[in-house]
Order: sequence, then C-alpha cells, then structure tokens
Amino acid sequence: MRTTAPRALRVGERALLVELAGGEETEAFHAELLRRRAAGTLPAVREIVPAARTVLLDGVADPDRLAAELSDWEPGPLPARVGGAVEIPVRYDGPDLAEVAALWGVSVEAAVRIHTAAEFRVAFCGFAPGFGYLTGLDERYGVPRRATPRTAVPAGSVALAGPYTGVYPRSSPGGWQLIGTTDAVLWDTGREPAALLAPGTRVRFAAEGVVTGGGR
Amino acid sequence: MTDRAVVVVRAGALTTVQDLGRSGYAHLGVPRSGALDPAAVRLVNRLVGNPETAAVLETTVDGCALRPRRTVTVAVGGAPCPVRVDGHPAAWGTAVRVPAGSVLEIGAATRGLRAYVAIGGGVDVAPVLGSRSTDLLSGLGPPPAAEETVLPLGPDTATAVRGSVDAPPWPGPSDELVLRVRFGPRDDWFTAAALRTLVTRAYRVSSASNRIGLRLEGPALERALRGELASEGMVLGAVQVPPDGRPVVFLADHPTTGGYPVVGVVREADLGAAAQAVPGTPVRFTPVR
Repeated sequence: MRTTAPRALRVGERALLVELAGGEETEAFHAELLRRRAAGTLPAVREIVPAARTVLLDGVADPDRLAAELSDWEPGPLPARVGGAVEIPVRYDGPDLAEVAALWGVSVEAAVRIHTAAEFRVAFCGFAPGFGYLTGLDERYGVPRRATPRTAVPAGSVALAGPYTGVYPRSSPGGWQLIGTTDAVLWDTGREPAALLAPGTRVRFAAEGVVTGGGR
Repeated sequence: MTDRAVVVVRAGALTTVQDLGRSGYAHLGVPRSGALDPAAVRLVNRLVGNPETAAVLETTVDGCALRPRRTVTVAVGGAPCPVRVDGHPAAWGTAVRVPAGSVLEIGAATRGLRAYVAIGGGVDVAPVLGSRSTDLLSGLGPPPAAEETVLPLGPDTATAVRGSVDAPPWPGPSDELVLRVRFGPRDDWFTAAALRTLVTRAYRVSSASNRIGLRLEGPALERALRGELASEGMVLGAVQVPPDGRPVVFLADHPTTGGYPVVGVVREADLGAAAQAVPGTPVRFTPVR
C-alpha cells in the first residue's frame, strides 16, 4: 500500500477533512480512527464521517493540533475480515437489470451471478439514514446513473451507480440503476442498531429463489 | 387521557418539534437536525425553567395556536411576534401563564422568520436516536404539527425563578445578514475571481431556502476545476456550490455527505441570524481566518 501521509484540510472552525489516496486507504484510516477512539487516544470528536476518499472529523476542539498529529500516524492495516457478512436476499427483478447486463456485455443470468459472487463492504453511508455505498464489484462493472432520475424508487430497491451498490432504505427519488428488490429492513429506529449497514460492514447478496451449487 | 399535553389549534405554515439535535449518527447518513436558532431555544427554555435541551416548537413565518390541557408556563422567543392568551395580549420573550383550556396564539413574525415556543416540562414526544427533533430531510422525529395534533408534555420540574433571565433582549434580525466565512476545504475548485466575488458582491436570501439550506441569489461562482468531486462529509454552515454556481449555506437538516464542492464554511455563531433572514434580505460574506 502507498504510504502517502493523509492530507488534512480545515473545514470551518471545528472540523477537518482528511484526504486519502483511495478507497482502501480511506477504509484503513477510518478503521484506525475508530481503534484510537475506542482506545481513548483520539481527542473528542463529535462525528467521524467516512466517504469515498475522505474522512470528515467534525466537532473537534483543536483541529490544527489534530491535523499535526495525523501527519505522524503510521497507516494502519486494513481491518481484518473476521466474522460473517450480512446476507441480503434479493429478487433480481429490477427494471434496469437487462440494461445493466447489456452494459456489462453479459446475459441477465450472468449479471446476477456476478452480483451474488462479489463480497461487498460498506464504504460509507449518506443520502438517507441507513443508505450504504457498497464497494466490491470489479471496476469494469461500474455503471452510469440514469439520465433521468425516477421520482420514486421503492424501499428495498437494490441499485447500482458508479462503482457502488446501494439499497434504498425507504421510498425516495433516485437515479441509480435498479437491479432487484429485498425485503430486508435497512433502517428501523425502533431497533438497536437502527442501521443494518454501517461503514465497514461486509455484505453479500443472495438471489432469492435461486438454488446455487452447494447452498440450501 | 393525560392532561399533560397541548393541542395544536392552528399549525401555521410549518411548525415542528425541535431540540438541540441528533449527534453522533452522521456516519449512518443521519442529519444533525435541531432548532435553526439554538440560542433562542436555550433562552426560551431557561425562561420557563426547562433544561436547555428540552424540546420546543419552531414556527415559520405565521406562528401557530395551542390549547394546553392543563395550566402551563410558556415563553415565546426567536422571531418577535404578537402573543395572545384567549385574545388578550401577552408578553413576548418572557414567561407567560396559560390556563388549562385557553388558547395561546403566536402571531405572524413582525421581524425574522422562526419563533420558538417553550412549554414548562418540554414537548415530550418519543426521542429518536437521542433527539425529539423533526428532521425534514430524512423524515426522522415527529411529523410537522397539524391541526388537532396532540403534543405530550414532560413533568414540569422547574424550580428556578421564572420570568426573567440575565440575557440581553434580542434586537431582532438586522437589515443585512453578514456571514463570516472561512474558505475551504474546496476553495481550490474555484477561480480567484469567484472567491473575490463571494466576499465582495451582494447576495440575497432566496425564497427557496428551508431548514436544509439558506439558498442565495446573486452572482454565480465560477469553477476552476471541472469534473466531479467524490462524495464527502458535510458540516453545518458549509457553503456548497451546486452546478448553477449559486451558493447554498447548509443549515441543521443538511445532508451528511455531498458531491458539490464546499467553497467555505460560515461561523456557527452566525447561523441563527441566517435562519431568521426573510427572503430578499441582503447577504454579505466576510472572510475570516
């Protein structure tokens, strides 16, 4: 891994935006922040918000001092992949599935196999509570957003945009390519934790009603 | 049925339950939410003897009317407005006793936009992720008040002497909104001319402003860099510049991540005034370090 020191940009009076070289470095840096917070060696921070290539630290008493500290950090290793992934059952019946398969140059069946074979990780959340941006598909499977967003995407829609897969926690407007539907509840404030997917969570999608080789 | 409640008689344009917001869930996509003018919330809560964190009502433009089921102490602050109890004038900005069954009428703001109504005991709707605030971006918290909405109250445990606190009377919003802005983190996405434009030219508050952002009308800010910025975390007060070049100052219900560059961040202390600026108010940004 590259060992470029992260670049910390000031954001107003109380925040820092730490820029990293790429997605993996961002995940590793985020994990390092959480380790230090758990160990009590990180100054008090109100929010730690990972994104595609940055981590925002908001509610920091002395951002310049923290920025100076960060530059000395050794890049931590990527978090170990221990424990099982969250499995999300999907009916691959989305209105854009055929178009996505065509963009990938494969059959619909093969597209489903590609999507269910990948192991995903929640890179970050945003857009709506419980909406995770999942990475894990090979780069060549990136797809553009739809030219015209839909005014209402149903809750539980499994969708693709750019390098990401996402699941809509509730009905909302959206421009992602819809490939399927799940009954999994992504967000429920009556539940602890409310979010099924948090940054760092590993995820697999399983085709519902499709019997795979060794599976049940 | 408990009598520890108020009934909404007139909901007004937009009346929501607000406290000081949700902290610690931005990484799950949960906005901070909370009152747009938190100083006003702290003050009205102190006036009725509530903790500063108690939930209050935030009205927009034309106030609201409430009927308490038991006798309560209330205080109205934020935007100056007429206050009446059963048609009789009552004081703004101080504790007022409202007998059970009477109607408390909070009239249209005479200056500013948002009035805050603290009620002894606080509005006691169920908290969601540690806050009772209505978040209009993501739909968390109670829905905006409607006619006949019943809002439960907490037990009134005030022990402090009520009616006055040692706070200077708020003069109301000024004719011009001055926002102190610190450039960054993405000022390098804009031309030097655009940065000068932001801090020298006049803007105006757009009527499209809401709890998510203060939208501004005025000269567009030209970008030096084309292309797309990868989504990144957003803070309160961020001045985000969408493709049309007109800056938007993020307020409490702002999204937690965004893909448009943030040219600068407004001081948090200036955002209460931003939330009280009526559409058409002139806006001037002044750079700070």
